[in-house]
Amino acid sequence: MSALLEVRGLSKRFGNVVTAEDVTFDVAEGTALGIVGPNGAGKSTLLSLITGVLPSDSGTITFQGRDITKERAPSRTKAGIARSFQIPRPFVDMTVFENVYVGATFGGGFHGQVGYEAAVRALETTGLMHLSEKPAGQLRLLDRKRLELARALATNPRLILLDEIAGGLTEKELPPLVDLIRGLRDSGVTVVWIEHIVHALTSVVDELMCLALGRVLAIGDPHEVMRSPEVIEVYLGSTFDIGEAS
Amino acid sequence: MTIQESATMPVKVRRATKSSWTGLAVMTPILILLALGPYILGRGMQQNLVILFSLIVLGTMWNLLAGYGGMVSIGQQAYIGIGAYGLVYIADTLGIDPFLAVPLAVIIAGVLSLPISFLAFRLSGGYFAIGTWVIAEVVKLIVEQMDVLGAGSGVSFMAVTELSPGRRIAYVYWLSLIAVVIAVAVTYLLMRSRLGLGFTAIRDDSVAAGSLGVRVTRSKRIVYVIAGMGCALAGSMIAANTLRVQPESIFSVEYSAFMIFIVVIGGIGTIEGPIVGAIVFFALQQWLSDFGLWYLVILGLLAIIITLVLPRGIWGLISGNGKIRLFPVGYRLVNPLERFSLIKEKAPVGDGGAPNA
Ligand SMILES: Nc1ncnc2c1ncn2[C@@H]1O[C@H](COP(=O)(O)OP(=O)(O)O)[C@@H](O)[C@H]1O
Ligand SMILES: [Mg+2]
Repeated sequence: MSALLEVRGLSKRFGNVVTAEDVTFDVAEGTALGIVGPNGAGKSTLLSLITGVLPSDSGTITFQGRDITKERAPSRTKAGIARSFQIPRPFVDMTVFENVYVGATFGGGFHGQVGYEAAVRALETTGLMHLSEKPAGQLRLLDRKRLELARALATNPRLILLDEIAGGLTEKELPPLVDLIRGLRDSGVTVVWIEHIVHALTSVVDELMCLALGRVLAIGDPHEVMRSPEVIEVYLGSTFDIGEAS
Repeated sequence: MTIQESATMPVKVRRATKSSWTGLAVMTPILILLALGPYILGRGMQQNLVILFSLIVLGTMWNLLAGYGGMVSIGQQAYIGIGAYGLVYIADTLGIDPFLAVPLAVIIAGVLSLPISFLAFRLSGGYFAIGTWVIAEVVKLIVEQMDVLGAGSGVSFMAVTELSPGRRIAYVYWLSLIAVVIAVAVTYLLMRSRLGLGFTAIRDDSVAAGSLGVRVTRSKRIVYVIAGMGCALAGSMIAANTLRVQPESIFSVEYSAFMIFIVVIGGIGTIEGPIVGAIVFFALQQWLSDFGLWYLVILGLLAIIITLVLPRGIWGLISGNGKIRLFPVGYRLVNPLERFSLIKEKAPVGDGGAPNA
């Protein structure tokens, strides 16, 4: 069986800055892939390339066996790819509920009552229900991150791309989120999760990929990847903290 | 209690508000009163009100563009001119009934705005604004080359002069009143629709909107075409009211300045704001007309002061920052807290149950 997401030779540079260089990997349906790498490695950019927010310079992206390299972001979302932004991008003058309903009706194709219900489910899952009528611009950072997750969930994704949604969570807040992501994966949603908190990642993901300077340093079994000499060298060479998260 | 169980409680979303019903109750008699205008008001007053009506249409359209579509255009006078010239050409030269010529002129503006949008949308932000102005100037230059449109000196609107002045003025008045109702109603229904939800999302963050499945460029194009048609409608009202169309005045960038003023002082991003702004602007225009050019200076200063003191405009002040909505477009969840209380004993982030069936 072919993978849900196939990325082949993907490259992207901004002027002289190489943010993706011949990136090739697969994500099988129903599995979770973790992505680690120092700041500036090109992790967020990779998600933008997969979702179509940024056009790639070369390479191909195949989703569910279909080449989506030339497709725009909205049609990729409708095809079942959702993402959260590392720096939240709420619709500030809309309520939290309306923010999530946008995802449900445009991305998920759930209109009217069915859409409202999908939005409410996403709000309940992410623990945002009590803030549903608040303008999203008034949320604190943590709730903005939850809103990113809620909107993505409301699109009813087959593949969800999460960009550092656990950053800033306390020791107490982390386990429920980890459980949520594991639950997602177990319910059949394919997950790609960027996170600096390696122990949280490895407790969920089936595979781990390490990026540095836009290149794939290693990909495979999470513990083997973290033990591989290239990855250790990258982390020793930076001020990056592998164990505990920021 | 699990999430699944709580989901059996029905989700209810309210689109109308109490204030919107009150608003309807207030607006209906006002509209009826206005419809009786020709029986009550003098001709001069009717002609003045047609100017006010055209300002409301223009403000509403600019608000649609900038307040909801995030497109700051300073070139909508292109469509005002197309509407004005279109009406005169279709009615006088082609001999079609003037009241049928108005919708035809509006459709022509819509058809022309589509290819123009492909040109304008290559630019963004400040470049888009300048680009729209350049396009309006080009349209003016083309019109000035066309003898059939009176070239540089313009045309007079003859078709309606067969009517007695009283009758003509009354017809134009009613036509303009209908135009206002159509412009506001179309905007309201659009903003209440799914498309309108997408516009609002695009206004707040177009990248996030695109990532959630909103077709950003297509949505903006729809807004641009509708705003072009609305401005053409106002243009044909202006032509029918003044009976004369001249390129220098109908394609004047002053219209853009007025539209911006109306929307900014009234309150951007609301349907009520441009209506309030147009009324205030119209009153100021009448009142300050004795001050000559100073009136533009005073308008400018007023716009600056209001933006600084009332960022949500006069309507923002009246409505208590959006508490009162005559034209509610939002989605209010009914009793979200009650729903929440059923599951509040749970941890803040879910338990990993199937989150989204
Ligand atoms: N829009 C952009 N224009 C120019 N450079 C960019 C842009 N987006 C990202 N970059 C650069 O690309 C590199 C990778 O960024 P990013 O993908 O955000 O890294 P990561 O998420 O791994 O921290 C950085 O050097 C960043 O400065
Ligand atoms: Mg990043």
